[in-house]
Amino acid sequence: MNPSVDALRATFGSAIGRALESCGDTIVYVRRDALLQVLAWLRDTPDQRYDYLVDITAVEYRDRERPLEVVYSVRSLERRVDLRVKVELDAEADLVVDSVVPLWRGADWLERETFDMFGITFRGHPDLRRILMWETYAEGYPLRKDFPLRGRFSRAEQVRQALAANPEAHYSMEELSIAEAYGELSPEMKERLRRGERGKLAGSE
Amino acid sequence: MTKRTIELDLATPGVDAQGHPTRVPLGVAERGSTPESLAEEPGLASEHMLLNLGPQHPATHGVLRLVVELDGETVVRVIPHVGYLHSGFEKLGEYRHYNQIIPLTDRTDYLSPMANNVGFALAAEKLMGIEITPRCTVLRVIACEMSRIISHMVWLGTTSIDIGAFTPFLWTFQERERIYNLQELWTGARLTTSVTRVGGMMADIPDGFIEGLRHFTRTFPKTLDEVDRVLTRNSVWVGRTQGVGPLTAAEAINHSLSGPMLRASGVPYDVRKDNPYLGYETYDFDVVVGEHGDVYDRYLVRFEECRQSNRILEQAIERLPDGPVNVDNPRLILPPKSRAMNDMEAMIYHFKQVMEGVKAPVGEAYVGIENPKGELGNYLVSDGTAKPVRWRIRPPSFINLSALPKMAEGHLLSDLIAINASVDIVMGEVDR
Repeated sequence: MNPSVDALRATFGSAIGRALESCGDTIVYVRRDALLQVLAWLRDTPDQRYDYLVDITAVEYRDRERPLEVVYSVRSLERRVDLRVKVELDAEADLVVDSVVPLWRGADWLERETFDMFGITFRGHPDLRRILMWETYAEGYPLRKDFPLRGRFSRAEQVRQALAANPEAHYSMEELSIAEAYGELSPEMKERLRRGERGKLAGSE
Repeated sequence: MTKRTIELDLATPGVDAQGHPTRVPLGVAERGSTPESLAEEPGLASEHMLLNLGPQHPATHGVLRLVVELDGETVVRVIPHVGYLHSGFEKLGEYRHYNQIIPLTDRTDYLSPMANNVGFALAAEKLMGIEITPRCTVLRVIACEMSRIISHMVWLGTTSIDIGAFTPFLWTFQERERIYNLQELWTGARLTTSVTRVGGMMADIPDGFIEGLRHFTRTFPKTLDEVDRVLTRNSVWVGRTQGVGPLTAAEAINHSLSGPMLRASGVPYDVRKDNPYLGYETYDFDVVVGEHGDVYDRYLVRFEECRQSNRILEQAIERLPDGPVNVDNPRLILPPKSRAMNDMEAMIYHFKQVMEGVKAPVGEAYVGIENPKGELGNYLVSDGTAKPVRWRIRPPSFINLSALPKMAEGHLLSDLIAINASVDIVMGEVDR
């Protein structure tokens, strides 16, 4: 097992949960509120130097009793060592975890994707929006186990919504705030933006 | 030969009067100019323009959409929109047996399908604790390096078109065509190869394949030399790429870049050397590392990687051992069709594998391989059934693309095209 686990236990004590080995990879569970300190410590401590974030993802098990897991794979590029850090989230309670974008800029899109696919909120993320699905996607979170393989809406409903969406739904509010672009919008669009109805469907209400 | 004669007659920049190439030292152009100084040009009205680039734009290499805020011709902000090609492969994988997932991997990074097949098979084998045969190991190395060459050839061709050089595109696509012919010989498919199986390969290589590959490795460096001649010291190419979109080593690590993007910034990390798989540590090849992390260095790194891949292919051909391709395990490997139809026992194994699938033990495995685009990770979580609980692809070009705003902001709009090309994205993988 990776010796970093013992070093983590010595430093953080009860914030470090169980550790196990699977197929030669070391996995260590960390309490949710200690995640950011643990990862910062792993990155900055001279004899750890896990300076490279490999991946962020989440796992939901078919067994409903098991909690959701957010998985962080970190690597020390100098020492050529990998470590997998996991945080457990109770699906019934709030799915919130601290964002690690302050530590690694590369976490930006990875966290957005995890939010998009699992509905996990990353507290402190600078721009937490859907990334693979469109912003007005209303069917839920595709990689959750309660999400059916073919989606929640029928094909006809999906087509109806795609055709009925307002054109400005393709731009984020931030993009539309760029002065010249706003000037070119039609009065009807400006009115919808003023009422905060960006991206609403024409037929709904 | 005719190409060279014409080139000298026209006195290509980069060739002196005697016809010898003049060397342009690296770092000749001004590098790393600060974005802010460009953005705040005095005397111009500060009205910014919003430009929508893509998703249907040839320079975005697929269906990438960039919303660009421009001040004159200077890029102030880039907001990439991805997901137009999202196919839900990871979700689909949770409903498929391990071997049924392999065709999905073809369609992620469709410019190097064989390498994706290998990456997934390695992860599934790590999860199940399977040791593959020596012949299979070398065949997979051949598959990976062939993929690297075609992927880099497509990158080189399309990038040179983006920057305005049309000719290399024709030469590189010709080389890609030759590899495609070899892939077709081996798998029957040019693009969607599905060449691996958990525990082996779909098929052994056919007669004539090794001869064809040997001919390729002998003649391929000539094309590389030709491309080298028209691009590497070409003043237009150098001017368009040097100092454009630079990232320091620390920035590249902080943005989780991998593959040629990481190495061009001077970080000598190559999964093949530093976390070897398929016996790569026993091959003699060099890890190519850049210095400045700009578009020009990324070009040099990918270009030299083609030569190194060619070296690996030559060595793999020489050492290819005889013996079986698949592991000897009837619960894992499908029996030949003739045996399945004539032999009771083989028929039972066939039925069990097709109907129930191969069960993996409880656990999880991550395998990262050095794909042409960067580190392709396959992360599999199993609960003991024949279908994974979670199949996660660590998509190298998705993560590399996320650094695009950082690289492009402050540059000219035309440089944005060059920078975007230098990331080497493939939207099938970005959106999955």
